[in-house]
This record gives sequence, structure tokens and C-alpha cells, in this order.
Amino acid sequence: MHQTFDAALGIDLLHVNQAGANHNRAHFDAWGITCMNIMSSPGAGKTALLERTLEGLHGNLAIAVIEGDMTTELDADRLRQYGVPVIAINTGRSCHLDAKMVAGGIHTLEHSYNPNSLDLVLVENVGNLVCPAEFEVGEHAKVALLSVTEGEDKPLKYPIMFQEADCLLITKVDLVPYLDVSIEQIAANVRQMNPHVTIIAVSTKTGEGLEEWFGWVRDRVSSTTSAKTHARL
Amino acid sequence: MHETDMTKALILTVRDWWEAQPGQPAIEKVHLTVGKFTCVEPVGLQFAFEVQTKGTFLDGAELVIRETPLVAFCHDCQSQYQPEIGLQYACPTCQSPMGDIRSGRELKIDRVEYAEATSPMPLL
Repeated sequence: MHQTFDAALGIDLLHVNQAGANHNRAHFDAWGITCMNIMSSPGAGKTALLERTLEGLHGNLAIAVIEGDMTTELDADRLRQYGVPVIAINTGRSCHLDAKMVAGGIHTLEHSYNPNSLDLVLVENVGNLVCPAEFEVGEHAKVALLSVTEGEDKPLKYPIMFQEADCLLITKVDLVPYLDVSIEQIAANVRQMNPHVTIIAVSTKTGEGLEEWFGWVRDRVSSTTSAKTHARL
Repeated sequence: MHETDMTKALILTVRDWWEAQPGQPAIEKVHLTVGKFTCVEPVGLQFAFEVQTKGTFLDGAELVIRETPLVAFCHDCQSQYQPEIGLQYACPTCQSPMGDIRSGRELKIDRVEYAEATSPMPLL
């Protein structure tokens, strides 16, 4: 004879990851670092964007990169040529970075570099439109990329990442003349679910839009830093 | 896939609760709420749960998933609506963007059902 009992838990499934992300962010805050989580499908141009960004902002900001790659260090090797700290996290077969993996990267940053001298950490997530959106890593801003070759409907079909993005970069816009795609339609599809997102059309090949992107990054870094200064006062 | 990671998180959370209970009761059901506006596929969770609980304290326990629809609130119309995921997120009446999500983002362990054998022999 047995009785059945009920126990209410009411616990968020991702509470452990969320606590880890908050912990990571506290480290970044203590060092005066702004962290950005760069997400997109594979091949949308995250690494190319980072290359141009390191080139363009190197003189203004001290940058480090935490690089998530499933099995190789190919992307990390590309970025190391720019003379900035690049920490590769081999994610194995995992399809996204989570807070714990990034904590490992932060640990390396702390012990092999001087995090107090850094302004910005760019986290390049694993190429995937689905999973990374559910796992915060401790970022202050989410940046999503969508290349024009992926099609206008992708934000509608894979909405979570675009709904949560602070900045959307529409990439490879130099290819627009060869495609039946409208940048305005992509932007409209994203704005349906995320009216406050900053949208910038860029091409790492021609340089179009890059100055605007650099400006956005600089603004975010200075606003995060000044918010922290206020919090300390 | 990430359903595996989520299931791992689910099992660890339920285990924390279970270990804190006197006598470690047999868990019969775990109730989960999964919003439709998440990246989680209930079928994937069910499969991962079945595989990952084999031979553990949750072996044989049932995972009960309640899905919640995506519900948004339009501030211009002062009314709720259900966006059509994959097609249309703006308010169907006034076309205002989806600003305020009222339901659909849940990923929550609601409750567990467990059995406890009633004391077989009263103590004198």
C-alpha cells in the first residue's frame, strides 16, 4: 500500500547555467570588461567580422577573444594573427557555449593575461541558430549575424536568437545584387519580434557598414563602463 | 544536442531535492513546463530523459511535459494575442511589434510526484 505525494519545485531548468553566467559577468564587471556574445549560423561570417573588428578597433580598445569551435582551432589561429589574446574553447560535440565553458576561458584569461587591462571580450559562439540563444554566458550584449544568402525568412523560423539580440548585423551585403533578397525585408522580419534592436548592414569584403558597427561597439563599451562607475560611487 | 544538456540539468536539480528528503522516496513523475517559444523539443527531452535516467534514482519515473503557447500582449490594443511561430509575430490587429511576451518562454521544473510506503508496522 502506498500513498502518492506532491512536492512543488518551481525551479527554472537553466538555473545552474544562469547562475554561472551571472558569476562570469561579475568577473567581467570587476575587471571593467564589456563582454559580447557573437552568434549566428555556421558560415554567416562571425570570424571574418572579428578579423575586421580586431583590425579596426585595435588602436582604440584592448580586446580579447574567447573562441568556441567544435573540434578545431582554425578560427582561433586566424584571429591570433592580430596580436590579441585568443582563448580557444574546444566544445567537443556540444552545439553551443555555456556559462561553464566560458568560465574556463575566463580562468585562462585571468592566469595567462592581465584582464584589468582589457576593455572588451568578444565571445564567438558555436555556429548554430538554435541552441546558443538559450544559454547565456555572462555577456553584456548579444550580437546576432545573418548573412543575406541565408534568406529573409530565417528570423521568423529561428526567432529566439533574433528576438534577444541587441545588435543584428546583416552580413555579406556585397552579394545582394546577385540574389533575390531584400535587406529591408530581413530588417522588418526581425523588428516584428524585436523593435529595439540596432540593425547594421555590413560587408567585410567592401568595408560597408563597418564604421557604424565599430561605433556601436565603442558606445556599448563606454556605456557599460560608465554604468559600472556609477554603481561604484 | 542541447536537450541532452537540459536533461542533465533536470536530473541534477531533481537529485538535489531528492537527496534532501528523509528516506529518499521513489519518484514516480517529474512535471515540466516547456514554452513553445523556446529552443527545446519535448520529444528530444523525453528521449534524453529515458536514456539518461536508466539505472539511476529516476529509473522508471515518467517525465510529464506541459507545453505553454506563445502569448504576447499588445500595448497599443491593450489585448493579448497568440503569434504564429515561424510566420507572424507582430500584433494581427495593429501590426505593432511583439514587445511583451506573457507566456511561451518557460522552461521550468514544476513538481515531482513521489510514493512513500506507509509505515508497515507501528512501533508498539
